[in-house]
Amino acid sequence: MADASQYKLFAFNIGDGVEWLVNWIQTHLPGLLDGIAGVIDFIVSNLEHLLLWVNPLVMAAIIVIFGFWRAGVGFGIFCIVAMLLFFQMTLWPETMSTLALVLASSFVALAIGMPVGVAMARNDMVERIVRPILDLMQTMPPFVYLIPAAIFFGLGKVPGTIATVIFAMPPAVRLTNLGIRQVNEENIEAGLAFGCTPRQLLRKVQLPLAMPSIMQGINQTIMLSLSMVVIASMIGAGGLGNTVLTGIQRLNVGLGFEGGLGVVLIAIVLDRITQTFGTGHSSRVGLWARVRQALGSGGDSQEAGSTS
Amino acid sequence: MTDKIVVDDVYKIFGPKPELAKELIEKGYDKAQIFEETGHTVGVQQASFSIHAGEIFVVMGLSGSGKSTMVRMLNRLIDPTYGAVRIDGNDITQMSREDLIQLRRRDMSMVFQSFALMPHQTVLENAAFGLEVAGIDRSEREPRALDALEQVGLKANANSYPSELSGGMKQRVGLARALAVDPSILLMDEAFSALDPLIRTQMQDELIELQKQKQRTIVFISHDLDEAMRIGDRIAIMEQGRVVQIGTPDDIVSNPADDYVRSFFHGVDVTKVFTGGDLARRDDAELINDPNADPGSVRDRLSKNGHAFAVVLDNGEQYRGVVTAASLASVNSLADAYVEVEPVDEETPLNEVLSSVAHATVPVPVTNGGGKYIGSVSQQFLLQTLDRTR
Repeated sequence: MADASQYKLFAFNIGDGVEWLVNWIQTHLPGLLDGIAGVIDFIVSNLEHLLLWVNPLVMAAIIVIFGFWRAGVGFGIFCIVAMLLFFQMTLWPETMSTLALVLASSFVALAIGMPVGVAMARNDMVERIVRPILDLMQTMPPFVYLIPAAIFFGLGKVPGTIATVIFAMPPAVRLTNLGIRQVNEENIEAGLAFGCTPRQLLRKVQLPLAMPSIMQGINQTIMLSLSMVVIASMIGAGGLGNTVLTGIQRLNVGLGFEGGLGVVLIAIVLDRITQTFGTGHSSRVGLWARVRQALGSGGDSQEAGSTS
Repeated sequence: MTDKIVVDDVYKIFGPKPELAKELIEKGYDKAQIFEETGHTVGVQQASFSIHAGEIFVVMGLSGSGKSTMVRMLNRLIDPTYGAVRIDGNDITQMSREDLIQLRRRDMSMVFQSFALMPHQTVLENAAFGLEVAGIDRSEREPRALDALEQVGLKANANSYPSELSGGMKQRVGLARALAVDPSILLMDEAFSALDPLIRTQMQDELIELQKQKQRTIVFISHDLDEAMRIGDRIAIMEQGRVVQIGTPDDIVSNPADDYVRSFFHGVDVTKVFTGGDLARRDDAELINDPNADPGSVRDRLSKNGHAFAVVLDNGEQYRGVVTAASLASVNSLADAYVEVEPVDEETPLNEVLSSVAHATVPVPVTNGGGKYIGSVSQQFLLQTLDRTR
């Protein structure tokens, strides 16, 4: 068998290079790392405290009402069942912890990703630079960047969030870019013809018309961050991922299933609710309209509500 | 008449090295050859014309003739490669971005073929779009937008969304949006082309009506000759990026500059374009300016000048009647010799004049609204005209 190193052109070792870079960042930019850690810790911890501070019954009721309002009666009932399942599995604190992690990393991913998407849409050069970076972020196995994340930020929720952000951000960037680029040319012309400045064009024409696509991106980002939950728990992010991880380590099928089911239920609830925000004004059914239609005071409106 | 918009030797060449293409244009190459040689697309070339204040100026041509590019250079949605576009005397090609934005907000608005409404806004918000962009407060812009919606008959739909409207209604919103800023110039890019024929005619009538209420300078892009004839005060015909002819609808139909222009009239019903007044001629009639003249002397004048008929007018050139040599035989006064023929008004379209001319024994007299004699339409001349514009 041939020596794998026989075709190597330079003495330089790529792995060593990356290691050197990680060390360099750690020794020379501790302030930056601490800053990032501080901000992310602030967001995740406070969100988690908030979600756990609210009485579980109240929290469950809020989620059910939200599902009922945004996605209709059938989905409201599904939410009730999902909440009862969480209580039955006694996984409420883990669920809230996961929800906090997902919402926080989605928030950070969108806060960075959407402006990048806008910049990409407005400038072809930016698009050419950002696109390969997005490819890298999406295809690099997440386990690989768990290592530097743990080195930089130790174990816990912060590196878990950062790894999740890296994994979940690309669709938000891509779909924001795509949405803005796909806005009908005549609408852009209309904006310009009536005297929009570039900023007004973005705010009054491009972003609103790109909204369905941007909402798809937000939805995808949330879904992807949920799929990172188990992996992130390997560096101590906790939550339902930890339940699954424990199940794997102890070969406890039941525990693993419970954790997995929890993740699936959160995914369905978040997916259905966020989907409803991308479909424009026609889906803006008021909460009272939903209540009326639930009470059956209009078969027609129920029909109309369920098609949106 | 003052010139509102002056287009001065304007070119639009798409591609990185327009000077190459321009050189070839000057050597007389056509669009296809230039594309082959240089890879540049010529949008508009050597365009020079002026648009008068308050007229409806129709730019007509087939797709690819450069008419849409032309109209977009009037508000610089597309920057001309060469040449100047002057609006009220100011060359907009030299304007700064800020001045241009102000010009677009104040002086000109645009109506689009596929409406280009904002789907997330209500009809009212759409109509108020230009005012909103210009930074006008909601309390002021909403009444103005409602006013504009009222002008197009859509006030009742102010709170609907565009997706709830029909095509015709959507374009009314597009028109209201353009009218709300009260511009002196209205650019309409194939504004009615996406509408079905009945609604299209209706919208054309409404546009003409709006124009009567308040004269704006309207530049209307169309590929439809009937539409151009109906609404245009003047028409510019474009071919391969070049303006090949400019004139009133009558000018263009009766004296088409070349075969391309003539080809537009295939299938066009010229009897709807021409009116009685366009065909009226005075040279083959004997004009008698005294209703009390002696019938015998009139007969003598007919035979002396070789005319088949005489038109009797009183001294104000008011039409009285038509006489012929035959009808003058054995009568005592001219009034007894009048041939039975009903005069037509000069505004009457030719298709309504046709049957009178066909059935009359003499050329049909044409009068204006005040009863003044304009001329007569003979069967021979009518047939010649129809033949020439076939």
